[in-house]
Amino acid sequence: MGTTQVLFWFLSVLALISAIMVVVSKNPVHSVLWLIFVFFAISGHYILLNAQFLAIVNLIVYAGAIMVLFLFVIMLMNLNADTEPQKNKWLKIAGVVAGGSLLLVLVAALKHADMKNQLADMGSGDIGLIRNLGLTLFNDYMIPFEITSVLFLSAIVGAVVIGKKD
Amino acid sequence: MPINYYIFLSVALFCIGVSGVLTRRNAIIIFMCVELMLNAVNLLLVAFSKMHHHAQAATNPNAGIDGQLFVFFIMVVAAAEVSVGLAIIVMMYRNTHSIDVNFLNRLKN
Repeated sequence: MGTTQVLFWFLSVLALISAIMVVVSKNPVHSVLWLIFVFFAISGHYILLNAQFLAIVNLIVYAGAIMVLFLFVIMLMNLNADTEPQKNKWLKIAGVVAGGSLLLVLVAALKHADMKNQLADMGSGDIGLIRNLGLTLFNDYMIPFEITSVLFLSAIVGAVVIGKKD
Repeated sequence: MPINYYIFLSVALFCIGVSGVLTRRNAIIIFMCVELMLNAVNLLLVAFSKMHHHAQAATNPNAGIDGQLFVFFIMVVAAAEVSVGLAIIVMMYRNTHSIDVNFLNRLKN
């Protein structure tokens, strides 16, 4: 097993364990911190896949901005494990069984798919570099990029309108 | 790495997110589980983009770049969604002093 394989398995296990801890943690602040671990693991996967731009954007936007927003809201509301509303035990079991069944169905459907010689190549190819992404973004995806700015403007207006004291 | 490892990893992350949405009642945790599902899909998109690139690099040096741009746009939409969603949660907390989603089961008061 080369270094890449070792890193792949390490990051996968880290992502899965952290994702389970996000769901299991009683304290919302701990959930946020575990979610940041998931984002770091996924960024590591992006770097392994040679998508450096997405790795950095993932860290800056998700682990940086969005998670700080979550932490800010949680601390603003003064939430902790005692105020956590609890669901009925049977509803929890039903939720886990439903998620597990979805996993079972998807894995069973994809297990025998013929993907033996389809490789996601690692450490090669330069489509993930910022130059190529930028050239494509500003040539082929110009209109969606501009529409994105309208989306952000409407999000700003919406957040202000919803959040203001009436 | 064979593509099926990435598929199974993403499916597992997505299903953990689904279970979280179904089992938790804290609105913020539900939101974080939605982010988890978005990230699982992003990882799968990048893996598929590299797979496509690996298969077609000889004919088209930019093959598969669309997948990574879609990931970029998903991140943009997720950022907008989180800002509006957290504003809604703050407003809900201000009105009910709780972030239990069961308080929202009837659209009155």
